Amino acid sequence: MAYSPKVIDHYENPRNVGNFGTTADVKKRADVGVGIVGAPECGDVMQLQILVDQETGKIKDAKFKTFGCGSAIASSSLATEWLKGRTIDEGLAIKNTQIVEELSLPPVKIHCSVLAEDAIRAAISDYKAKNPGAAGGAASAPAASAASR
Amino acid sequence: MALKLPIYMDHAATTPCDPRVVEAMLPYFTEKFGNSGSRNHRFGWEAEEGIDWARERVARLLGANEKEVIFTSGATESNNLAIKGAAEMYEKKPAGQTGRGHIITCIIEHKAVLDPVKRLVKEGFDATFLEPGPDGIVTAKMVEAAMREDTILVSIMWANNEIGTINEVREIGALCRKRGVIFHSDGTQWAGKMPVNVEQDNVDLLSMSSHKIYGPKGVGALYVRRRNPRVRLVAQQDGGGQERGFRSGTHNVTGIVGMGKAAEIALQEMDAEGARLLQLRQKMETSLTKAIDVSQINGHLEKRLPHLTNISFGFVEGEGLMMAIKDIACSSGSACTSASLEPSYVLKGLGVGDELAHSSLRLSLGRWTTEEQVDFAIENITRAVLKLREMSPLYDMHKEGIDLSKIEWAHH
Repeated sequence: MAYSPKVIDHYENPRNVGNFGTTADVKKRADVGVGIVGAPECGDVMQLQILVDQETGKIKDAKFKTFGCGSAIASSSLATEWLKGRTIDEGLAIKNTQIVEELSLPPVKIHCSVLAEDAIRAAISDYKAKNPGAAGGAASAPAASAASR
Repeated sequence: MALKLPIYMDHAATTPCDPRVVEAMLPYFTEKFGNSGSRNHRFGWEAEEGIDWARERVARLLGANEKEVIFTSGATESNNLAIKGAAEMYEKKPAGQTGRGHIITCIIEHKAVLDPVKRLVKEGFDATFLEPGPDGIVTAKMVEAAMREDTILVSIMWANNEIGTINEVREIGALCRKRGVIFHSDGTQWAGKMPVNVEQDNVDLLSMSSHKIYGPKGVGALYVRRRNPRVRLVAQQDGGGQERGFRSGTHNVTGIVGMGKAAEIALQEMDAEGARLLQLRQKMETSLTKAIDVSQINGHLEKRLPHLTNISFGFVEGEGLMMAIKDIACSSGSACTSASLEPSYVLKGLGVGDELAHSSLRLSLGRWTTEEQVDFAIENITRAVLKLREMSPLYDMHKEGIDLSKIEWAHH
């Protein structure tokens, strides 16, 4: 199967590989949301971690680690790029179809983009579960705008 | 000298034609282009001579009589003709309680054996699909335990195409002989690489392919025993009655001549080549498993073809890995590399763990594989696995002491 140049680029130069600590560490951190989706027997496991500014609700940083094919690695790499700088609600707006389009994924690889969208949702919902008060970041928006002035 | 890239390490899929084979074939395209069925002129006689010449060489490779060699379009056709042809010939008439007769095969056979047997099951035959143990070997004991009063056919491959394991062919053949059951073996990965003597090996029907032994594609052979017992088959393709009526259709003369030459060379070079490739494979396996933790060689460690290895590298996915070693042409058991998106049923059949089944590479060496290429492969595969592990969440979990089998994964 031929890969698109963008998949190859993300695969060869993956953006934001890593994590914000061990599995046990990030579980304890309220400013980190973790999403792990997929299963080894399906040949894809994506781990996406977001580091959120608890004041502003903005995603300051995002990291991934993926067990999977080139398209799965590229989809998660792209997801981290797109997440950085967004609020968590804006993060939820990322759709798998946008990933498919950006990376020119063929039909057999659409599941990789679905997995990336699932990973985004899982990481954000993990963050929200850890921060029940900070719904979406809307509540902290006035504080953020005040700080930026 | 700089290494020419990419390097080919997928000889179990197909092999390049040996130039000596091509040379033998060439006259049959242009000067000796006749139809072997033309009995009344020189062109036909020349074509027939070419076929006879090739048949003799294939027979010699198998320790058979030339009258026992049927040329086909390849091992898939040979398997279909052997299995369907024998089942239809030896079926129970009238059908017994369990159908038209019982067939024994194995879950890790090639699809070209499994699917004909499955079709026969649909058509009223009964079948047992043996499950080998984790070492992948089918033993005579397993076959014996599955034998029934109404067993008419056993089909067990000689060596497995994905992991190279070698089954107890001679012993299974002896058992079948004793019970009066026809024994077919798919010898696609074996014949031409390893010694065959159909008499000593107790085989009644043996499939083989030309393109796996440095011959052209589109041609193969089926050995059909003529004595003790004389095996009969119902032809699956009717027409001009070529190949003693077993396989009608104008002969692929060029292909057959090529296969004959390939068989001749294989017989001459088999021993030395087997020893050379075994040494290279051992170097590759030792180096890779030493450099990479949590890696395993799949299938029985000794009872394997000398030129083939199937290795799993934990925590990295096969297709992702192949993308990282794009200068090495090989195959993977990963779901993503197959057209069906299913992971290898062979590795699954062996009970290889899921994350390891997805992480396997099959590397198969051949006539022009050099030590330099093997060194290149070792270095590149090691580097790629280590790079991908840096990116693998599973490897992190493994290092943190988390048992991956205990995690409840979200299935898609």
